[in-house]
Amino acid sequence: MSLIMNAQVATKPETPVRRSRWMALSGNRNWQAIWFMLPAVAFLILFLAYPLAYGVWLSFTDTRMGSPGEFIGLGNYIWLMDDPVFIIAVMNTLIFTAGASIFKFVIGFYLAILLNKRLPFKALIRAVVLLPWIVPTALSAIAFWWILDSQFSVISWSLKSIGLIDHNINFLGDRDLARASVIFANVWRGIPFIAITLLAGLQTVPVSLYEAATIDGASSWQMFRRITYPMLTPIIAVVMTFSVLFTFTEFQLIWVLTRGGPANATDLMATLSYQRAILGGQLGEGSAIAVAMIPFLLGAIMISWFGLQRQKWQQGNDQ
Amino acid sequence: MTLDRRTFLTGAAAVGVAASTDLLSFAKAWAATNSWKPEAGAELRITRWRRYLEAEDKAFMAITEAFTKATGTKITVVSENWDDIQPKASVAVNVGSGPDMFWGLFSLPHLFPDHAVDVTDVANYLGGKYGGWIGASPTFGRSGDKWICIPVAVNGNYINYRISAMKKAGFSEFPTTNAAFLELCKALKANNTPAGMPLGRATADANAWLHWALWSHNASLVDEKGKVIIDAPETADALRYVKALYETFLPGTASWLDPTNNAAFAAGECYLTNNGCSIYQNALAQSKVPEGADAAAKDQAAKMAALAADMDHAVYPIGVAGKPTELQLAFPLVAFKYTKYPQACKAFMAFLMEANQMNPWLESSRGYLTQTLNAYDSNPVWTSDPKIKIFREATARSLWPGFRGALDRRAAAALADFILVDMFASVCTGRSNEKEAMANAARSAQRIYR
Repeated sequence: MSLIMNAQVATKPETPVRRSRWMALSGNRNWQAIWFMLPAVAFLILFLAYPLAYGVWLSFTDTRMGSPGEFIGLGNYIWLMDDPVFIIAVMNTLIFTAGASIFKFVIGFYLAILLNKRLPFKALIRAVVLLPWIVPTALSAIAFWWILDSQFSVISWSLKSIGLIDHNINFLGDRDLARASVIFANVWRGIPFIAITLLAGLQTVPVSLYEAATIDGASSWQMFRRITYPMLTPIIAVVMTFSVLFTFTEFQLIWVLTRGGPANATDLMATLSYQRAILGGQLGEGSAIAVAMIPFLLGAIMISWFGLQRQKWQQGNDQ
Repeated sequence: MTLDRRTFLTGAAAVGVAASTDLLSFAKAWAATNSWKPEAGAELRITRWRRYLEAEDKAFMAITEAFTKATGTKITVVSENWDDIQPKASVAVNVGSGPDMFWGLFSLPHLFPDHAVDVTDVANYLGGKYGGWIGASPTFGRSGDKWICIPVAVNGNYINYRISAMKKAGFSEFPTTNAAFLELCKALKANNTPAGMPLGRATADANAWLHWALWSHNASLVDEKGKVIIDAPETADALRYVKALYETFLPGTASWLDPTNNAAFAAGECYLTNNGCSIYQNALAQSKVPEGADAAAKDQAAKMAALAADMDHAVYPIGVAGKPTELQLAFPLVAFKYTKYPQACKAFMAFLMEANQMNPWLESSRGYLTQTLNAYDSNPVWTSDPKIKIFREATARSLWPGFRGALDRRAAAALADFILVDMFASVCTGRSNEKEAMANAARSAQRIYR
């Protein structure tokens, strides 16, 4: 027994050294934070940073599908600057994003205000409003394909049946109508996201502010302009940033409805990038188109940033 | 006794039952002697285009099952929308993993010639045994001096028209020249029985008729040496001709994809289009009244029977080129080098193309598939129904993507990028004038052909 104890005593001095190293990595709170962050960081690097960096690298090469490319510097970008189809795609993307976002915001906001009022079956109505958002994009796009079909459109059929028109409306075959149609489909799909998020924001506005305004004799418009809108500004900034990001990168809806046609009239940067990179096999050029979207997306994020700055000012934290 | 179509199909069905046992016994005998022994434990995954005819798909699956029973090689077949096959093949080749074989469209294997298993031995064996390859099949199959795929079959794409509408337009026979064809389309429009051919990115149908229109005017994307020559007076003629045709079409064809013209023709909205014989065959199949059918089903079956009786097919007219200038939809079967079982892939390719399999398969496809080997020209399907007879010549009459130049990676990329389809569509929809459209197409093509 005493021998064992002596042995334990003899080995004791080494133990604190080993434990202190382990403690440094496992017990120390700073290190613990790093351990906890590690999976998320690894995930982000593997699935976000690496593909993004690889895409940027590809855009500086002439890589083709199935064969390695060579570094060509800004070759792809210089080529694209002079490519009329790319210019059309950029313009289409801007028109599509601006048009769809404005309509989504106005209608979504209006819907949110309506849903914030006392309504019978309020929960049920809110669930129904969310439906377009829940349905998979590809599925709703197929439904729109039939609604907007040049021969079998239910809209054309109805208008013909009541005698308002005598021929089918060329929704997807006419360039301007095709653009309007894809914006309409995107608006239909995107409204619930904005409506429900703004509704959540509306419910955080203190009722006392409206009560005070009512006592002061404010009109409905004044209450909206002076209370609702300013109180919602930060959340509007965030929601619209996300909405713009989703709209700018739209792919599925366009691909199912028009494949970018007719004659590139609805080609967006995302669809053109896919067309050139995956179908045409020009990975370098397709990547350059995708990378060219980044400045626009950064712009949208900056808008969100300034929106959040305003939140500080509203809360009196402005330095 | 006269052998009419219905008698033939009934007979073919009966023969089909008996053939299933024959198929297995042939497969076992074949497996014992064939030159390509599947690797031990081989399992193959094949991605194929989704069927347009149920009978064709069933016959294909019966062949794969017989192959499995005879060789022990399990085969999994995945059907994909045919526009999804190329993206999936692209990704598989790029990452070096995926289905062992792709049964795709047009020039798919030529996008990745260095990644395809060399199947020269299989092609030589089949060509030698079955009377040689037809027409442009070797062009579709070969890259340089080696075969990178087996051109299994061709889907003939021809004019589908309503006989009554053509006659009402003042034509007793289908026109054989470009000028007369335009006159027919104008007359169809005047009679409110319009034509319509796709100008959207319809992989099969838009490429087929627009390549015909281009080549029939003696224009082409590149010359024999691969020099881009699309910006030329001949192309301008083709653009003007197609625009004149487009003005006779029913509204919406600029947005049409592959299934759209089938639906429009079957619904009686469109009286002339370009397609395989699937509209006709589906109309025939749907004209049979099921037992216990209600009045609506009977009415629909009667409509389909009337459609099948009133429609026929015609080859594309001849233009100033003075000879057939068709682009038919080839279906090449390719195995990629990442496969662990190249011998099993080759064995399956050879097995599929043997007479014992190919003949019943061609019969089941009822003209939708056309053979690529001379020996199958005598398949009874081609004498079973006069309305599908012209499809027998589809392979022999077809040119290839990138025609005048070689069928290579560049030609395959130009086709995949819809350069020509977009050029025609941009003029027809008014996005560009002829000069701009040709310049844009030339610019895009030069990027690929640099």
